[in-house]
Amino acid sequence: MIDALIQGTLLGGYYAVLAAGLSLMFGVMRIINLAHGDLAMVGAFLVLWMVGLGWSPWLAVLVAVPTMGVVGMMLQQWVLARTLRSGVLLPLLVTMGLGALIQNGLYGVFGSEARSLADALGELSWASWTLPGDIVVGQLPVMTLVLGVAVLAGLQGMLSWTRMGRSIRAASSDPEAAALCGVDAASVHRAAAAISVALAALAGAMLATRATIEPYAGPLLLIMAFEAVVIGGIGSLWGTLLGGILLGLAQSFGALVSPQGFQLGGHLLFLAVLGGRLWNQYRHGLGLSIWPTPRRTSTRAAAPKTLEAQP
Amino acid sequence: MNRPTHQPMVWMLVAALALAVLPFMLGANAIDKLTTLFIFMLLASTWGLLAGQAGLVSVGQQAFFGLGAYFALRLVDGGWTAYPALFAGAIGAAVVAWGLSFFVLRLKEGEFAIATWVIAEVIRIGVMLDPIVQGETGTSLIALNAVEPELRRNIGFWMALGSLTFMLAMTAWLLRSAVGTATRAIGEDDEAAASLGVRVTPTRRWVYVLASFGAALAGVAWLASAITFLPRTNFGVQWSVLMLFMALVGGLRSQWGPLVGALLLFVLQESLGHLGAWYLAGLGAVAMVFAIWLPRGLAGLWDDWRARQSTATAPPAPTAVSSSTSINTLSRSSTP
Repeated sequence: MIDALIQGTLLGGYYAVLAAGLSLMFGVMRIINLAHGDLAMVGAFLVLWMVGLGWSPWLAVLVAVPTMGVVGMMLQQWVLARTLRSGVLLPLLVTMGLGALIQNGLYGVFGSEARSLADALGELSWASWTLPGDIVVGQLPVMTLVLGVAVLAGLQGMLSWTRMGRSIRAASSDPEAAALCGVDAASVHRAAAAISVALAALAGAMLATRATIEPYAGPLLLIMAFEAVVIGGIGSLWGTLLGGILLGLAQSFGALVSPQGFQLGGHLLFLAVLGGRLWNQYRHGLGLSIWPTPRRTSTRAAAPKTLEAQP
Repeated sequence: MNRPTHQPMVWMLVAALALAVLPFMLGANAIDKLTTLFIFMLLASTWGLLAGQAGLVSVGQQAFFGLGAYFALRLVDGGWTAYPALFAGAIGAAVVAWGLSFFVLRLKEGEFAIATWVIAEVIRIGVMLDPIVQGETGTSLIALNAVEPELRRNIGFWMALGSLTFMLAMTAWLLRSAVGTATRAIGEDDEAAASLGVRVTPTRRWVYVLASFGAALAGVAWLASAITFLPRTNFGVQWSVLMLFMALVGGLRSQWGPLVGALLLFVLQESLGHLGAWYLAGLGAVAMVFAIWLPRGLAGLWDDWRARQSTATAPPAPTAVSSSTSINTLSRSSTP
């Protein structure tokens, strides 16, 4: 029981990193990148490939994450920007096609063999600390959580204090006003896409350290990232961290019930949160408030189309 | 072009009747292939209806593809004979879609896409927990083994053909009715449509339930010819990817486009399917190319060509305007 609690919480950092990228891209460009999980797998396989060449895993991650950032920039420049002009349908379709391309391409190159970074990490992959009360926590999951929180804090700082961060926030909360103030939408979009894909790659590498990965795992990662975003409430990085932790907890507790429960727990929490949100919206639309309506509901009613502003 | 004319329906019925005698002329292999083709066409047209006409991009239609088959298995387990159970299964899946629509249709675009997907996953996991499915192992519709193989193959063929004809007729009727006008208005811009008094949610519910029923019919026709039921295959997200490919390449906004896309996918699968993963990767790449450069698909190319022809022969011809379907959502540049 305590074990599930700890495992679930530790998973949260990884989910938060995965979800933050998805959330950022949605916040800025209003598109849900259906290939997000697949891009994470590309990052993971890139790291594995470099480790296979004899590099240290840490160096491989340090190289792979910025590389994937460049990939994200190119993706935005050549693929997504062309579809952004034309409504919401085409970005969804194009990223769905990209997902199929990546999954099968990875399978074609790397085969179906499940791989992991665990060998390359040596004893770190099973090292653990024993807390008072005979609770054992793995060192790697703790480091993942710490790294995840650090990355989110860094991202938050970037968004708050740098020029580019301010541009990103401006473009996400009001693109037209931002354009009037001289924010170059194209470069903001490229930056957001670069950060988003780099975060996905980092999350993919995190996954590879603690589990085996295979080319077709991407869609499930996308689902989990999206679940974490929705559970935590779209638009806040710390909400995303909370969402990631809650998702991890739901999965760990689900796994206690049955082996299938790991996935099912997360899915059901997601659907419950989404249903609750819709219910709230519905009650609010009728002018009723049986439940103490959270603060979010009022902004939602005022701007139904742009509910997801970045912090 | 959108005048209520019954001519296409009549042609469709004639074509269906002509195709229905094929089992008496062709060999077993050809009938199997054609059954697959009709199932592809059925899936493509339902997805085209959903995404192209009503603007609902679902990644979860495999839920109904699998659920229809699962209900049929359950009914057969409960003592029903096979073929009535298959139809009842498809209807059961449509009822589930109706229930779900009250939840999912309140979601917007990307949220709808992923929520439908998550629901499909939940349904798959739920079905795998059922002892008769035996988890990953799956099961098969053993009752069908009692039917003579040739007859079984032919019935599978007629089921696929009949379902396809039914679906196309329903779609044609729907798009020519008041619901169809409302549907197209919603596909172009749901908020504008709502402000003009179009009842957005009931209209979408119609389309969603019809498309899900079509997916379920495809699923039971698949079960009737494949007999085996594997949760990972029958509920696989690859069905949605294939539906996307067929509908997008053929032409989302055209009623006949998805059928062309299905034919293309079928030909590609027959000729290049042995390439395995690279073939599927190629499908993804082609879908991207179409989404970026040819969002109206092959049907759009055809319309453009027709429009050019008619302007070339008769410069002031007004048909040039009406023959190119207006695809405002797809080609509109939303100037920020």
